[in-house]
Amino acid sequence: MTTNSLTTSQGAGRAGDKVFSGAAMAAGCLILAVLFGVALFLVVQAIPALAAPPADIQGGHGFFAYIAPIVVGTLIAAVIALVIATPVAIGVALFISHYAPRRLASGLGYVVDLLAAIPSVVYGAWGAAFLAKEISPAYDWLANNLGWIPIFQGPASATGKTILTAGIVLSVMVLPIITSLSREIFLQTPKLHEEAALALGATRWEMIRMAVLPFGRPGIVSAIMLGLGRALGETMAVALVLSSGVLTASLIQSGNQTIAAEIALNFPEASGLKVNTLIAAGLVLFVITLGVNMIARWIITKHKEFSGAN
Amino acid sequence: MTATVVRKRSALTKGQLPKFAPYIVLAVAVIVGAAILALIGFNAFGWGVVSAALFTIGLVAWSGAVEGARKAKDKLATCLIVGSFLIALLPLVSVIWTVLVNGIPGLVTPGFLGTSMNGVTGAFDNKAVEEGGKVLGGIYHALLGTLQITLLATVISVPVGLLTAIYLVEYGNDRPLARAITFFVDVMTGIPSIVAGLFAAAFFFAVVGPGTKTGAVAAVALSVLMIPVVVRSSEEMLKIVPNELREASYALGVRKWRTITKVVIPTAISGIASGVTLAIARVIGETAPILVTAGFATTINNNVFGGWMASLPTFIYTQILNPTSPSNPGPSDQRAWGAALVLIILVMLLNLGARLIARLFAPKTGR
Repeated sequence: MTTNSLTTSQGAGRAGDKVFSGAAMAAGCLILAVLFGVALFLVVQAIPALAAPPADIQGGHGFFAYIAPIVVGTLIAAVIALVIATPVAIGVALFISHYAPRRLASGLGYVVDLLAAIPSVVYGAWGAAFLAKEISPAYDWLANNLGWIPIFQGPASATGKTILTAGIVLSVMVLPIITSLSREIFLQTPKLHEEAALALGATRWEMIRMAVLPFGRPGIVSAIMLGLGRALGETMAVALVLSSGVLTASLIQSGNQTIAAEIALNFPEASGLKVNTLIAAGLVLFVITLGVNMIARWIITKHKEFSGAN
Repeated sequence: MTATVVRKRSALTKGQLPKFAPYIVLAVAVIVGAAILALIGFNAFGWGVVSAALFTIGLVAWSGAVEGARKAKDKLATCLIVGSFLIALLPLVSVIWTVLVNGIPGLVTPGFLGTSMNGVTGAFDNKAVEEGGKVLGGIYHALLGTLQITLLATVISVPVGLLTAIYLVEYGNDRPLARAITFFVDVMTGIPSIVAGLFAAAFFFAVVGPGTKTGAVAAVALSVLMIPVVVRSSEEMLKIVPNELREASYALGVRKWRTITKVVIPTAISGIASGVTLAIARVIGETAPILVTAGFATTINNNVFGGWMASLPTFIYTQILNPTSPSNPGPSDQRAWGAALVLIILVMLLNLGARLIARLFAPKTGR
């Protein structure tokens, strides 16, 4: 910004400019400070748990023996959610961007967004009261017929409150995230590429495979990463649905636990060192999701220049 | 001009399925599906799944025989993509149906919206189940708590979020600070809600004293979740304000801050308002952060800054997980589902409101 006699003036207006731009900048810095503060306060409150003698931590073998199984449980639940949600979400995104009648498309997009609007505690209640009950016969079938695979080892949980049910509920919750991001990317595919493919005689599916999907690949990857971030940190679906326990390989028995659910279930009644242990667990979750999200955002910004987005 | 349509297959359309092919296959699939289900025990869900599978197999096989492998693959992809959309609708319909069926008995109980859980003990629930009386207790305290916490969170988040968006759009100019803020706001949208709650708890434990749990702590936790949403949506809205408007204002000698407050923000206000409404809709249903910051309460608490406070999501959670009467969880379930219905109605109204605001107060583009 150049300064000359026309733009320099005196009086209240100038002070107003200073105050306003200062306030705007301060608000921006406050956000950075908050994010820094999140990390700082979690670390400060977590240190007593990390420094405590191993026998004082729940389980009696130190913090890492306590956190390791629930980190694995968190990953299991998130992977189940992504394995189910990703193909469906990409299908839905393609349906809205390339298959649905043009006039219906935005309305259908809104319907999928409604899935994101439903509060997580309602999903949890639904999973516990409806889905778990309806799905337990399927678990019996899996245990009887595919029981030789470790992840389907019987006996199946009679209530259906297993990590697989929790993963299915999580997949419903990450579905709208992956869908809406992939849809944006698919809609940005250059029209000329699509038309060129069709003009060469490609069927609609061949056009999508040759023009839309290669163009959208980085977008899809980052959408999946963002979905992963959400699935890792989701609390209520797991806390209400899963009947938790020790780390188990079988997905259809009760057992396993995730970090977020462990915190939610224990924090309200916790006191003393237990509070610090749970905050340390939160710190671990924070670091994991931060890493996942930063990779996702990095992929998006790396490809932004080429995508014609913004 | 009168065109006479000659119903004759030209050489160009040879080797194609007739237009009505999908309908025939669908009809056959539905009938065969019903027959198969009748043999192994009928249920509507299974019927739908079997029919859809039969339809896909039938259409793809027929297409493969008549039109060749490429067209068949195209048909298969279409079936799978439409199918995935229908699969995505299943949980939505199922959730809404479950909440409606289970929630209406609770909601229509007299006094459900107007009373708190103060003094409602397991003995009353046992009596209601055994003697068939009215289920006592309601969600007034939770509703009040949710409104207070959300209001305070909004009061914190909107100024910070809006000012940050203004900084990014009007003052940022792609400076390192602006880029850092953009990046970290994006990262912040991914903070798990429970971590936001733990942060607020840890912050107040360190500053005020261990065990501090009030509505205000919960509001701070919700703000951490809400600010990035407000920043992103306001930023998008400020960006689409045409530069001509700013330049016209500068040309009249108006200072930058007056231009922003008098020209830019009024132009974008509908989008900003609808973004804020959506952000409220997002945080009003958050459970985990309130669970670790505001505690549980069964009584009405009008003070956000003192004492434990109930909220709708935590009310649902505790009623399901720790029923008031452990031997008879029925009344607690009924209250929980009633509260879930109220919560969903609130969220849907906010979403609808956001769309209405965006449409009704949209700036006149003059084009």
